[in-house]
Amino acid sequence: MGTKKKEVLNKIQQLGMGIINEAKQQKNPHFEVPIRSLSNIKFDAKKRIIQMGNSASKRFFFNVAHIKKFLQTVEVALTAKELLEEDKHISLRQTFYKMRRTIPGTNIDVVEEQKESNDAVEDLELISGFSREQLNINANKNGAAAGKIIIKDKGDTIDWSKLGSGGWAIPSNTEDIEFKKVNAKFILYMEKAAMWERLHEDKFWDKMNCVIIASQGQATRGIRRLIKRMNEELKLPVYVFVDNDPWGFYIYSVLKHGSISLAHESERLAIPSAKLIGLTCDDVEKYQLKRHIIKFKDVDVSRIKQLQNYDWFKDSKHWQRQFKMMKNQKGKVELDALITKGISFVSEKYLPDKIKKKDFLD
Amino acid sequence: MTNKDSNIAEKMAATQREISVAEFFEKNRHLLGFDNPQKSLLTVVREAVDNSLDACEEAGILPDINVKVKQISDDRFKISIQDNGPGIVKAQIPRIFGKLLYGSKFFKLSQSRGQQGIGISAAVLYSQLTTGKPSLIRSRTGPDKKVEQFQVRIDTLKNEPQIIEETTYDKRYIDHGTFIEMEIEGAYRKGKQSIDEYMKQTAISNPFANLIYTSPTDEKISFKRVVNNLPRRAKSIKPHPHGVELGVFERMSKNTKARTVASFMANDFSRVSLVSAKNICKLARIDCNLDPRKLEHEQIEKIWRTIQKEKIMKPPLDCLSPIGEAVLEKAIEKDFNAEFTAAITRPPAVYRGNPFGIEVCIGYGGENINEKGPATVVRVANRVPLLYEPSACAITKAIKKISWNNYKIQQQNNVPTGPLIIVVHMYSTWIPYTSEGKEAIDAYNIILKEIKLGLQDCARKVGRYIAGKKRRQIEKRRQSLFETYIPELAGALEKITNVKKETIENDLRKMLKKELLDNGNKEEGSSE
Repeated sequence: MGTKKKEVLNKIQQLGMGIINEAKQQKNPHFEVPIRSLSNIKFDAKKRIIQMGNSASKRFFFNVAHIKKFLQTVEVALTAKELLEEDKHISLRQTFYKMRRTIPGTNIDVVEEQKESNDAVEDLELISGFSREQLNINANKNGAAAGKIIIKDKGDTIDWSKLGSGGWAIPSNTEDIEFKKVNAKFILYMEKAAMWERLHEDKFWDKMNCVIIASQGQATRGIRRLIKRMNEELKLPVYVFVDNDPWGFYIYSVLKHGSISLAHESERLAIPSAKLIGLTCDDVEKYQLKRHIIKFKDVDVSRIKQLQNYDWFKDSKHWQRQFKMMKNQKGKVELDALITKGISFVSEKYLPDKIKKKDFLD
Repeated sequence: MTNKDSNIAEKMAATQREISVAEFFEKNRHLLGFDNPQKSLLTVVREAVDNSLDACEEAGILPDINVKVKQISDDRFKISIQDNGPGIVKAQIPRIFGKLLYGSKFFKLSQSRGQQGIGISAAVLYSQLTTGKPSLIRSRTGPDKKVEQFQVRIDTLKNEPQIIEETTYDKRYIDHGTFIEMEIEGAYRKGKQSIDEYMKQTAISNPFANLIYTSPTDEKISFKRVVNNLPRRAKSIKPHPHGVELGVFERMSKNTKARTVASFMANDFSRVSLVSAKNICKLARIDCNLDPRKLEHEQIEKIWRTIQKEKIMKPPLDCLSPIGEAVLEKAIEKDFNAEFTAAITRPPAVYRGNPFGIEVCIGYGGENINEKGPATVVRVANRVPLLYEPSACAITKAIKKISWNNYKIQQQNNVPTGPLIIVVHMYSTWIPYTSEGKEAIDAYNIILKEIKLGLQDCARKVGRYIAGKKRRQIEKRRQSLFETYIPELAGALEKITNVKKETIENDLRKMLKKELLDNGNKEEGSSE
């Protein structure tokens, strides 16, 4: 940790000196920022993860269109330096407030909305080669875990099976968690806290010898890194349980292959072996959930089309089949719809059946 | 014819004469500029000022003109105009002011303000008809001469001056000049067709004149001269045969001093030689030795028709006197504080045998030009501003035919908008007005074309300036943006690297200078 911190600080120092030297040589100071968009990612079919391409854009100080972002990037670097030196962490939101000020004598704000500081943080990650967590900037924590595992975090030993109804709140930085004792056989990740609570109440993890983890919506980096580490270090298979709609499927996609905007982090975050346990379109038919379909909006339909065209889905017959069925369904089915089959249907029937039959989508 | 009959005829003749001048005026007041009280007030001022300017110019004197308009009751005004012109010799004074259609401007064409010699006496008559009062005229022709003062009316029966009072005195008075004072019925309003506007536009079109104007609301406005030399004197020329109508041609033939038809044509017209005159007679089958005063109407018409078909050299063009590009620009700069001006004096051209020239000046920006709304248009004919009937005028028509957008000037309904003042001056030995009111220039194709060319020339220059201005504004914004960010960046870098803020700032500022220079050479600015 200590050496890592030094490395990060050195890198920030280097970036600063780079700008100063360019100015000294009367060159327009600039950064090279890899482009974070669909056009600059490649799907590595062998590793089955999304990786960043080589396109980078140059960001200049003496450029009307760049100058604001340029300063924001430098200010984030300064923020990271201060945090590292004091050994403290702040959130993205707090980073926004820390950077937020009006340039004296003008009405120009260094950052106007959080999106700008968030982007600046991501830019700095790309420029420096260090992740946000390594820069001591955290995302909002979000997510819960429970199961047959004992961990150590900041000196505290925590048994995930003895945490009452709330479970263990997953911190934003899970890099330094140590796994002490593992009795789990797999990890079940779901996109809804409500489903997690249902399963937790039924002690699903106890019956099935597993770990259950939930986020609310898209999984945060902390959750992704935690699952990735458990998958890699503990060799636990990962099953993903999401709504039957393009957004749910994309949560699975991000978990498995990485995301487009964080393509540079795929190696650390993506879990290529993760499998989708449900809800599949076949489940919808099999369990007669059709009458719980909520009609798609235009944006949902076009999102399906986008997913269909992603490299990692494009050539997969069974995924294309799912998308086709989903389109024909003309609507989505949420995990919560399973409750109509019985309060403990999910924990007693649906999931055990699926796991037993290895009825997964990969 | 019996005696009785001839008596009746005589009686009729008497009554006919009795009504002549007053009735002539009543029937033609709209043609003479006295259609309504507001316009009448303007017309009186305008006739007097035009006369003063013409007289000064002719005498080579830089004009100093003082105009006072005083409201003495609801609909009554006292107008006085003092000039420093050459003055008028005593014997002429009553006739110039007290006799309609007296003047020397017939059959001699020159670029002058008054064209019909009807102006100032009509004002005197109007004053007399509306208030019953005579006009006061005071004049002196030189410092060693006495001051002559008259109170004059017009004898409407005879169209002859009637002197009410005549004084000669030595009293101190300016060295030379003329003063006229009249009381008239009228109405005063501000706005586009006001005396105020007329004075302002007169100052623009006569930048060599000092004008002082006291308005009915007792505001004293002084228009100082912008240049200290008079424009080149316009030479008078004989009419060109292609520019005279048959009626005028016939009248000229009756009044000529020439003894033969051939010499009449050669002497009284420009660009007709004796040889070509004889040739025209031959073609018209008229004996060239006939006495022109005794020609029958049919013969005259034959000659006239033949001349119109003949190719005749263009009239001389050196008889014209423009205001001048530099002078116009100066006037607009001074009167409007214009930020940019462009002017052009087009080379003279000819319409129907009359030489004419077009000058255009466009002023852009500055504090006294309205930012929004249609451009201010100043129409000028022989240095006289035209305030009425804009839509009938060739100048307005030409302005509407220009695609102002092409010159980065905004337009709405074909009319240019924005902080613009457009001055168009037509000068000619004969301005073709659309009507006797002398308010709008007739839109001959060649005149329209010349105005358009002039407008386009100036618009191009203004457009270039506007583009440059926009570029400079962008440049300025760029610079101030960079200057704002430099200390911020330097401050952050100091904290990161411990390099002194001042050092970093200095390097960045040096860099900024270079950056701005590079961009200036490049036109538009992105630094990639």
